[in-house]
Amino acid sequence: MAEIRNYTMNFGPQHPAAHGVLRLVLEVDGEVIQRADPHIGLLHRATEKLAETKPFNQSIGYMDRLDYCSMMCNEHAYVLAIEKLLGIAPPLRAQYIRVMFDEITRILNHLLWLGTHALDIGAMTVFLYAFREREDLFDCYEAVSGARMHATYYRPGGVYRDLPDSMPQYSTAQGYGKGELARRNANRDGSLLDFIWDFTERFPTYLDEYETLLTDNRIWKQRTVGIGVVSPERALQLGFTGPMLRGSGFEWDLRKKQPYEVYDKMDFDIPVGVNGDCYDRYLVRMEEFRQSNRIIRQCVEWLRKNPGPVMIGDHKIVPPSREEMKDDMESLIHHFKLFTEGYCVPEGETYAAIEHPKGEFGVYLVSDGANKPYRLKIRSTGFVHLSALDEMVRGHMIADMVAVIGTQDIVFGDVDR
Amino acid sequence: MASTEAFQALAARAAEKFGDAIVETTERLGELTLVLHREQLLRACRILRDDKDFGFEQLIDVCGVDYSAFGEESAQGPKPGPRYAAVYHLLSLRHNRRLRLKVFLDDEMPMVESVVGIWNSANWFEREAFDLFGIVFEGHPDLRRILTDYGFIGHPFRKDFPVSGHVEMRYDPEKQRVVYQPVSIEPRVLVPRVIRDKGFARG
Repeated sequence: MAEIRNYTMNFGPQHPAAHGVLRLVLEVDGEVIQRADPHIGLLHRATEKLAETKPFNQSIGYMDRLDYCSMMCNEHAYVLAIEKLLGIAPPLRAQYIRVMFDEITRILNHLLWLGTHALDIGAMTVFLYAFREREDLFDCYEAVSGARMHATYYRPGGVYRDLPDSMPQYSTAQGYGKGELARRNANRDGSLLDFIWDFTERFPTYLDEYETLLTDNRIWKQRTVGIGVVSPERALQLGFTGPMLRGSGFEWDLRKKQPYEVYDKMDFDIPVGVNGDCYDRYLVRMEEFRQSNRIIRQCVEWLRKNPGPVMIGDHKIVPPSREEMKDDMESLIHHFKLFTEGYCVPEGETYAAIEHPKGEFGVYLVSDGANKPYRLKIRSTGFVHLSALDEMVRGHMIADMVAVIGTQDIVFGDVDR
Repeated sequence: MASTEAFQALAARAAEKFGDAIVETTERLGELTLVLHREQLLRACRILRDDKDFGFEQLIDVCGVDYSAFGEESAQGPKPGPRYAAVYHLLSLRHNRRLRLKVFLDDEMPMVESVVGIWNSANWFEREAFDLFGIVFEGHPDLRRILTDYGFIGHPFRKDFPVSGHVEMRYDPEKQRVVYQPVSIEPRVLVPRVIRDKGFARG
């Protein structure tokens, strides 16, 4: 009889199901994976080292580019760490705006996860629907910061500017006919808050549409139930956080357990899985959509009633307005100092973590009192989850590995940093 | 968030259980840091995970720090002390508490025992710290480079490694392959690093 040997197979780095530049060296026995060795770092940009060479504020834009599916959440953790060292807290309105945009970001991220996860497993339609909704949310990003993705909107001491009173509208110059134009601009007459409110009214029905397509779908269940099971003990050992940990049955959410900003004033629930397989994690994330929707609505209601400043008034940290700068010597000096040198952060070290859509996203910041970070360590979620890939796919088929990568919600900007 | 009393109780409990391993205990900004002796790290970690009063089931992060340029721009000059440190962030779900552990390492040969056996999540974190700082984790099952290129030389996050690196890569049409060559860009500093005294310009 011929000798049967395991076969080594290369997967990626250019493979659509690898969600970016993941190279996997798989040891397979027939079609069953015996060992998976992820090779990462193809998107490594040394963000942490670059941050050491720039004043604090100039690195906020780099944070957007880490996990480029949940931009503002990355900024949030970084800004929180700086604020902690500086000993400042943003005004209440800025905190509500941050919470609202964190949740918008969570929906954005989960929509991308849902679309690509389903696409990987073979359900094409959800992907198209998910991107339709993402478009509306990108418009919110654009209205508030001017950029559709890389917003650089959160700043130490608040957010860059207040919510706009009007939404950008489609015009005939884009080639739309009268009827089409009216339909597209129907919910854009009011302010940004009205637009977001309108979205939250519609969004639950969209969710029902996704669920009709997937939740009871026989093929979807065959591909996800019992795949990539992680027991609660292993989930702790492997350092899982976020939906990956909740899927294994832990009721753990930093928004509830270690609340930051105004999450303690929000009314929402934490969904928890039972079996720790891909299907449970799918259900957890689907419920998180609905909870995020709830939080956004609470924020919109509060923000409508409570105008106020969105930045602290300390011009040693926050630049003064252009108008003040033009006729006040003191403001001019502040402006000049901030833009040529930045602000110095007191010596010390801190770790700030937030509940990122993918799990715990932490920033460990060491400062020696200079105007640049001394050491910045980004604790990204994807890195930890991907390190458990080997254990999760052992004994599964190659096609199931694609489902596991999807369920981990891997983004390479986040893994490689 | 844990209060100061909770931290004091935790620090007292730690001093009781493995007091000989602790060099220093600091509490700042609502975070507790224990600086440990390098040789005692594993014993302390095992107690921190298994003892019911600590219950740190999760290792959230491991990272290296290079302190060689710490405070270089200040009036006092660079801070003396060991060059490398490994920093561990622990989380207890049961008690909803965080803890930071720090061990300082030798300048010549930074080496510390691996905690992979205690928390499996340390695996890639330790590989990363090895790759970027050259910290060797003894007993790690698979200590390979992780983020840098295949065949990379040096440890890029050390303070003496330039931001622009030592080599650059381009496609050579004659050799018909990618080649490495010394970097051609001049490193430059747009905003100089400064340290201002406390209360600078505050009047």
